[in-house]
Formats: sequence, C-alpha cells, structure tokens
Amino acid sequence: MKHSAFFWFVLPSAAAMLLFIFFPTVSIIVQSFYVEHEQVIIEVENCGPFGCQTATAIDQEATAALREEQPLGRFAGLEVYKDRNHLAVNEFGELWAQSDGIGDFIGDLMNLPFYKALGFTLTYTFVVTPLTIVFGFIIAVAVNSAARLFRGPLIFFTLLPNIVTPLIGGLILFWMVDARGVIGTALRWLADDPSLSVKADTGLMWTMLMVYGVWSSAPFAFIVYYAGLQTVSKDTLEAARIDGATRWQQIRHVVIPHLLPLTTFIALIQLMDNFRVFEPIISFNAQAHATSLSWAIFNDLGGETRQLSSAAATSVLTVIGVAILLSPVLVRTYRSYGKA
Amino acid sequence: MASKAQRRPLALQIVLLATLVIWMIAAAFPFFWTLWGSFKVEADFFSLTNWDNALTGEMTRVETGGAFTNNGYYGAWIQEEFWRAAWNSTLVCLFVVSVSLTLGTLGGYALARSTYRYAFWFLLIALIFRALPPITLVSGYLPVFFDLNIWGYLPTAIIVLVAINQPFTLWMLHSFFKNIPAELDESAMVDGCTRFQAFRHVIIPVMWPGVITTGLFSFLLAYNDFAVTAMILDKQNQTMVPKIASFLGTTQTKGNVMFAVAAVVSATAPLFVLIMFFQRQIVSGLTAGAVKG
Repeated sequence: MKHSAFFWFVLPSAAAMLLFIFFPTVSIIVQSFYVEHEQVIIEVENCGPFGCQTATAIDQEATAALREEQPLGRFAGLEVYKDRNHLAVNEFGELWAQSDGIGDFIGDLMNLPFYKALGFTLTYTFVVTPLTIVFGFIIAVAVNSAARLFRGPLIFFTLLPNIVTPLIGGLILFWMVDARGVIGTALRWLADDPSLSVKADTGLMWTMLMVYGVWSSAPFAFIVYYAGLQTVSKDTLEAARIDGATRWQQIRHVVIPHLLPLTTFIALIQLMDNFRVFEPIISFNAQAHATSLSWAIFNDLGGETRQLSSAAATSVLTVIGVAILLSPVLVRTYRSYGKA
Repeated sequence: MASKAQRRPLALQIVLLATLVIWMIAAAFPFFWTLWGSFKVEADFFSLTNWDNALTGEMTRVETGGAFTNNGYYGAWIQEEFWRAAWNSTLVCLFVVSVSLTLGTLGGYALARSTYRYAFWFLLIALIFRALPPITLVSGYLPVFFDLNIWGYLPTAIIVLVAINQPFTLWMLHSFFKNIPAELDESAMVDGCTRFQAFRHVIIPVMWPGVITTGLFSFLLAYNDFAVTAMILDKQNQTMVPKIASFLGTTQTKGNVMFAVAAVVSATAPLFVLIMFFQRQIVSGLTAGAVKG
C-alpha cells in the first residue's frame, strides 16, 4: 500500500486517538506537577468606634485574576506525588522508623490512602488472575464433556457474568450477599453468627470482591480454553492412548502443552483488566474496606471539589503500574509481529 | 463414537456433572433471582425476618394486594425517568458503534494491507493505548471540556468513547482483514480501480462477518461504560449505568432500592437478547486474540 493511501485511510482513527488518548495522557502528566492557586489574602483595616483592627480577607478579584492568568495553577514539581494522599514520602519514612516488624509496617502503611488502594489493587490482580485461569479451565473441561446438545445453552449461561455490565453484575451479587439478601442470610445461618455482615467486615468484603472478580472473568478464560480444546489433535491423543498413556498422562502431556500458549494470553489480558478494578467497589459500596487506584481517581474527580491535580498524579502512577504489567505483552507482540 | 478406551469412569463422570451443575447455578441463578425479586417489595427481596418471604411474597401481598408488583419498574421508569437514560444509552450506543466501525474499518484495512514497518509501530502504540484504564484519561479531559463548554453533552461522550474504542477495533479488524486475500483488491486495482474504489466495491461486500463481531464489542463497551460516562455527562444526559449508580446514592429511602433492582433488570434484558442472537460472534470475538497469538 502506498504511503499516501495509508495516510488517508488511518487519518480519522489516528486523529481520534491522538486527540482523546495521547493528548490527555500528556495533559495528566503536566497537570500532576501543578497545584491550584491558593487564595490571595489581603489585610483589611476595620475602623469602628472602639479603634481600628486589622483582619485578613480573601481578595476575590486578585484570586480570580491569578487563576485566569495561569489556569494550570502553581508549579509544584513533585509536591503532589510526595503528599500524604499519594506516595506519602514523609509518613512512609516515619512508619519505617517506628515499626516493629514488616507485618506491623505494612499494617500501618495500609492506613495511607494511596497504599491502601495499591494494596487492594495488587492483591486483587494477583489473586483473581490465577483463580480465573484455574476455574476457566475446569469449566471448559466440564462443558467439553457434556453432550453436544447441551453445549449451546451451557455456553450461553456461562457467558452471562462476563458480558453483563460490571457495575450491574456487581450489584446483583451484592444484593444477594447483603445481610438481608439470600446468600447473606445463608452465610449467617451457616456461621451461626447473627451479626455477620459483609458490609462490616474487611476480610469478608475483600473475599466477596474477589469472588465477584473470578465469577465475572472465569467465562473469558473458559471460552478461550474451550476453543483451544476443540483443536487438540485427535491423532496425537490416539497415539498417546495406543502407547498406553493413562487419562491423566494424556491431559498432562498432550492437552496442557497445547493450551499453554493460550494461558499466557489469558493471563496477560486478565492482569491488565484486573489492575483497573473499579466498578465492583462502587457496587459493593466497599470504599471503607477496600479501594483501588481507579477508584481513587474517580473519588478525586467526583464530589464538590474536583481535585484535578491529585487525580492526575494518581493517574500517572496508575499508568506507570500498567506500563510495568504491560511490558511482557509488548515484548511478546514485538517478537511475534515484529519479525513479519 | 465413544469407544471403550475413551469412555470415562463413573466417578469422573459424576465429578464433571457436579462441576457443571454448580457452575450453572453460580452463573445463572443470580440473574433469575434478581429478575424474580424485582417484582417484589423491598421487605420481601431484602427480608430480615424470613428468607422465604422472597419466594412467597408475604410482604408484597400485605403492601400491594398481589403476590407480584411492578412498583419498582413504575418508580424507576416513570417517577425517576429511567426512560430518559435508556434513550440516551440507545443514542450513545448507536453512534459509538457506527462511528467507531467507520473509522476502524478504514484504519484496520490500511493496517492489514500496508507492508511497511510503521504499520507495525502503529499497532503497537494502539496496544499501549488499549491497556490504559479509561479513568486515567478523564482528569485530562475535564479542564479542556469545561473550558470549551462541551462538558455534559452526549456528542462529547460519544466522541470520547469512539476514541477509547479505537485501539481494540483496529486490532480486531486488522486481524480480520488479514484473512481476506489481498489478491481480491489487488486485481481490482490492476483493472483500474483506485485504492479507495477497490475498498468500496470489493472489500466492503465481503467484510460484514468481521464488522458485526467487532461492532458487538464496540456496543458492549459503550453500553457497559461507567467510569467515563459518569464523569463527563451531566444529570439530564446520563446513560443507564451512571443512572443506576445514582439511584444507589440518592434514593436510600424505603422502597427505592427496588427502583435500582428494576433498573438493573431492565438494563440486563437487552444484553440477554444480544447474547442469545450473537453467541457465535461473541465467542469468535473473545477467542480472536488467542488464536492470532
């Protein structure tokens, strides 16, 4: 294809990505180095019958003028990154000096908003991803063993948790595990503890969020594995059987090696997607017990005061996290496509 | 075709069957339970006293006179104007799908046919963009949108969703166009067509299966989005998902949580139908990346 033809064909798409993905990324980086102007304070002298007093007041006009002049705010360098709501450099150092051991240190660190969010995001990512793969594989094997007639409906219901809107899927589960919902009641009965409530217990809340994560992503792993199982070579399996391989040996030495490349694919996609965990925290109303990096950005942007600089700094830190997770994907793509 | 050697031992058969039954309950039961509960009153669906109230509709009978009630739906659709959100969602999905497919087919086609190195770099950058969580971009949008006074309107959300959608659309369509033999459009060009004419008369007629699959996923992205639409649409222009989230925040008075339950069921229904009709395309779309590697 000629250069000019290529240029015109990709132009609309490239322009959209440049304007709404690339520029905003640059903009959040710039923004994270600035903070909003402080209000301009002036001293006013109030004179009454009992003499004069000086008081401070906000100079609205000067403040507005300053904000107009430098809309980005005051240049602050890495100040936003170092403050208590982000990397909390000072608090980190203090905690490190005071703590009695590594467990104690991590416990204290979880009281700082950024580390609390990071802690949950990483735990979620690295617990949910392997479980998704395991459950997806088990379901794929089970569906594959079912009669052909039932497979269509089985796949239909398996896809549901994955396709449904994350916020909605989260709500549907949350209403069931609510203390007054059907699973919540069952749990209380099983544990024989009438005060048991997911909303009140951090450990239970984390568990439920991860159960939601596995429930909603396992179908994705399932469908990839299921497609993979259809292409396992019948000849190789038969040859293995003739050579006297047991059922387990057939799975271990024929099926699993065939599915291994698919596993890396699922793992990489899941790592990226789980790292942005956000909606279930809203659905489960879980912010008191668990927050994530995406939730922290959302929280900064919402509400009365939109804390753009703070949100931008968290966004940049999140992008750095994504970049670290993504590097194996990039290397892999570079190897497989770059040669061609 | 199950020969004796292939037949599974009984124990294994039972384990597999049990797995299937448990998974089916886990996957499907929550949806049916919520559908059932949406026709009850709050005191039944969230029953503190006796859980089988939810089945018998004890309180529903006391409060409304019948075992089922559509109060939740009435409250959500009419009183809280959920119809407006449904209409907004329809508009957003319609335009996001058509615009992103238009841009995506052009770009994906060029990327599939170009033999130069920059096409590869283009795809690699698109992959990086695909990995960025959309919420990280929002704090970049807001100041600009406020400044230009375009914050809160549907077209703004549509353009943003189209752009966020592009990387994925490009990848899907690029790998799809790679499977259409290049001889097809090249022979048309030998016969005197320009590149665009070849695309228009030769490629467009054969591209629909791939476009439909990609379109389904664009639709799902627009339909399911919460982070972006919640942040850049104002109250009147909210789509369904942010609207449901707003039910949770504001209407905590008695009975109103049932509005959210009814709205959730209403928003799930179209997805249900979608999977029913397009199961094959969704499966092929989900596995496309894996097969390609």
